[in-house]
Amino acid sequence: MLAWTLYLSFAAALASFGAARCCPALSRWIALLSSLGGLTLGIAGAWALPSGGGLLTLVKVPWIPLLGAEYHLAADGISVVLVWLTGLAATAGVLFSWNVSHRAGEFFGWYLTLVGAVYGVFLSWDLLLFFVFYEIAIVPKYFLIAIWGSTRREYGAMKLALYSFAGSAAVLIGLIAAYLLVGGNTFDLTHLSTRPLSEASQSWLFGLIFLGFAVLAGLWPFHTWAPTGHVAAPTAASMLLAGVIMKLGAYGCLRVALTLFPAGLAAWAGVFGALAGIGILWGALVALRQTDFKFVIGYSSVSHMGFVMLGLVAGTSLGLSGAVFQMFSHGIIAGLLFAVVGRMVYDRCHTRNLDELSQQRLAHVLPFTAITFTLAGLASMGLPGFSGFVAELQVLTGAWTRFPVWVAIAGIGLIVGVAYTLRVIQLVFFSGETTVPSPAPSEPLEPISLPEKLGAGMLLTATLVVGLYPRLLLDWILPALQTPLFAELRRRTGW
Amino acid sequence: MTPLDYGELLRTFSTELVLLFLAGLVLFLDLRRGLGETVACRTRRATGLTAVGLVFAGITLFAFPPLGDAPGGTFVLRSLTLWLKAALLILSFTSLLLLADTEFTPHVGEFCALFLLATEGLLLMVGTENLLMLFIALELSSLSLYGLTALNQRLRTSTEAALKYFFVGSTAAAFTLFGISLLYGLTGTIQFSTLATRASALTGDPLLWLALALTIAGFGFKIAAVPFHAWAPDVYQAAPGPVAALVASGSKLAGFFVLLRLLQTGLGPLAGSAGWLQFTSGWLPVLAVLALTSMLVGNLAALAQTSLRRLVAWSAIAQAGYALIGLMGTPEAGEPALLYFAFTYGLAVIGVFGVLGVLETSGEPDRFESLTGLWRRSPALAICLTTFVLSLAGIPPLAGFFGKLFLFIAAARRGGSLELLWLVVVALGLSVVSLYYYLRILKPVLVADPATDSRPLNPPPVTLLTLITLAAALLILGCVPQLLFLGMAWLSKQ
Repeated sequence: MLAWTLYLSFAAALASFGAARCCPALSRWIALLSSLGGLTLGIAGAWALPSGGGLLTLVKVPWIPLLGAEYHLAADGISVVLVWLTGLAATAGVLFSWNVSHRAGEFFGWYLTLVGAVYGVFLSWDLLLFFVFYEIAIVPKYFLIAIWGSTRREYGAMKLALYSFAGSAAVLIGLIAAYLLVGGNTFDLTHLSTRPLSEASQSWLFGLIFLGFAVLAGLWPFHTWAPTGHVAAPTAASMLLAGVIMKLGAYGCLRVALTLFPAGLAAWAGVFGALAGIGILWGALVALRQTDFKFVIGYSSVSHMGFVMLGLVAGTSLGLSGAVFQMFSHGIIAGLLFAVVGRMVYDRCHTRNLDELSQQRLAHVLPFTAITFTLAGLASMGLPGFSGFVAELQVLTGAWTRFPVWVAIAGIGLIVGVAYTLRVIQLVFFSGETTVPSPAPSEPLEPISLPEKLGAGMLLTATLVVGLYPRLLLDWILPALQTPLFAELRRRTGW
Repeated sequence: MTPLDYGELLRTFSTELVLLFLAGLVLFLDLRRGLGETVACRTRRATGLTAVGLVFAGITLFAFPPLGDAPGGTFVLRSLTLWLKAALLILSFTSLLLLADTEFTPHVGEFCALFLLATEGLLLMVGTENLLMLFIALELSSLSLYGLTALNQRLRTSTEAALKYFFVGSTAAAFTLFGISLLYGLTGTIQFSTLATRASALTGDPLLWLALALTIAGFGFKIAAVPFHAWAPDVYQAAPGPVAALVASGSKLAGFFVLLRLLQTGLGPLAGSAGWLQFTSGWLPVLAVLALTSMLVGNLAALAQTSLRRLVAWSAIAQAGYALIGLMGTPEAGEPALLYFAFTYGLAVIGVFGVLGVLETSGEPDRFESLTGLWRRSPALAICLTTFVLSLAGIPPLAGFFGKLFLFIAAARRGGSLELLWLVVVALGLSVVSLYYYLRILKPVLVADPATDSRPLNPPPVTLLTLITLAAALLILGCVPQLLFLGMAWLSKQ
């Protein structure tokens, strides 16, 4: 059933392209129904997993016998959690792009292609297939940004495409080398992970592949595509970019680099741990100085993804589960933040400049927006009760024994995070109260529509529910970490 | 086969004979009935006849397959021979279909006849393991292509390009002939199989290396590898669409395979090594240098182009570099990889020339701006062009990605210790660069809005159908690469 998530998305993408000429309005409904369908299939299909989070093979047929590659889809607890995230983010993205009217059929076509490719990445168990889906995701991103984007869209789109492609080129070199060094003429993940390579090979392969994936995860200093890309992208695309696409990179680090080359972790943990720690603080500090509302969120994403990377390179059980938890949590929260900035504020006020926004008394004009953003901001700060708290606490505890210095730096990053979030909340929504009453806007802003309320409600519920009852996800993540795939990593890092 | 069994000989060369007969027929019919008819009408009739003839040639290929090798290696039957010929006929057929809706020359009969002769030369090239026969076939195809290049009467540069093509080509042919004569003088044979055994005894002879380098130069010209590439941008820009398509697809496919055959079969013992910092003399390091310069020069020069056709030419030079990497792989892995790559690359590049041809027929200049707003002016063309360009860029699930992947894996397999991985690293790094210029083509196609005064484009039916078929083939062969290999296995069983 899980495999149908991606078939449904690709079929819907085709249907949406087909509807582009005759009835673009239909494509909106196609997109909504297929993303909801994907979410439902993802949730329902998860119950078929053995022992709550073990490995379930969905499809396994020969694909390219010349290379021994198979069309092999499988899922474990980690995949399932990320499939849910994709379903949630995709559905919310459609709700927040309900007002797209310029070439709507093509918009949702590219959007659904991207969603389908993401499902494909999370469900592939054959590394060549994994890589194919990973690459399919690049092109829709480019067009979504270049056609429907805003500020410097063509620059942002090209930068993102080239960064992603460069990262995946590094990954492909590593995959080819690993495939040939292991031998056995197969790209099967389980097979490759059970034939350990020599320490030296593992070391350089780990560095290459981890780095290649980390580009997409926004690891400092390879993160610069992320803020420009997020800012240039249309709302739904920035929601997907921050919410799901950056997770593809982190997922690749976890699924490929950590499980195939566990010995390489020891050699590289220091380097990547440091980069992750610096990224957390750097992203937060840069976010503090931005004057564009969307850039604040863009840099906060870099900062939050730093936690994912820190948890991953810690290599402990707590670190890994925290990293996966943070992927889910940040996917939801960042999606919500970008929705507020892009759809609720920018589409109505036509400016993202913090100073100009502060003149508009938005808390009075758009109270729903103010409440949503404040709640999302609290979640983003990592307040207890929201999912971010559970995730970041796990990561910091899990990484403490290995990187005390970087955990301390990350702690400072958290404090700066509170500062920049409060700053934008104050500037955008709650300033201008005491000064001279600003002139009323010449025309009243369009009220918040029902799809927007539904989307915001859905994402807020998700972060709250998971924050209040983390076992909802942990019961899936932890069993997956106990599978034989992680055996070597468990042995080496001692958990 | 006994040396003088004419029945067998007839059967062996049945496909080539059909093409030869057809060339005469097309020429003759166009001369007799051509008076007083419009060019468009004559073009359509000649294209139709030639296309039917090519299909017929394809049928004879399977109905009367050759039974074995002809004496002296002039014709050999290897597992890939039939399949290569079929691939060449398909590429030639699709390139020819682009002619149907054009009227760039009144010399329709001559055009089709030369086109068939060029195809014939390519077919002979891939079917021989005899140096002399190889040279004759090479010249037959090259001379026909020089003539064809000059037939674009809409562009004055067409003649210039043809002349340049001819000068570079005949110089390269002279080099090859000199190399072949040296090889013959050294070993006393022109057959690949005996060449292999005798050449291995001569590894220390500097004359042999000279012969090798000269021979490779001729084929480097055919596949447009740097530094034998100077003709390519001009020819791609000025030649008639179908000719440019054939030069870029069929001619390259044949060039790659002849080179593969000659080096792997004929000069296999002289491979040497091209491992990182462990070069030993042989043809591997020569190919490594050619591949490296082709990829570098091709990809970097493509960045600066303003003409679409020249861009395709420079990217073709870069792609020849990727193919050379595959050539360096082990023969078992290299042959299927190269075949898949060259065939699907040919399909994509024919498609690109088809789309550009439609634009040219409607009178638009060969510039990026002509593509502006294509998504609205003709959605079908926009979708097709997107497929072709993304396949060239190597984006899965299109065939171009798997082509490159097979090549790279084949190369990395050589030697068992990843000694050629450094070339793969360079190739993948430069393919990131190539994504930039490929996306530059697609940006006006899909992103930009059409100019206010632009008209919708209505591609002519035959061209449109061809393009859609090509795009579908690239997608299907990409999603299920096995189809091509299954076809291959089926053919070799015949």
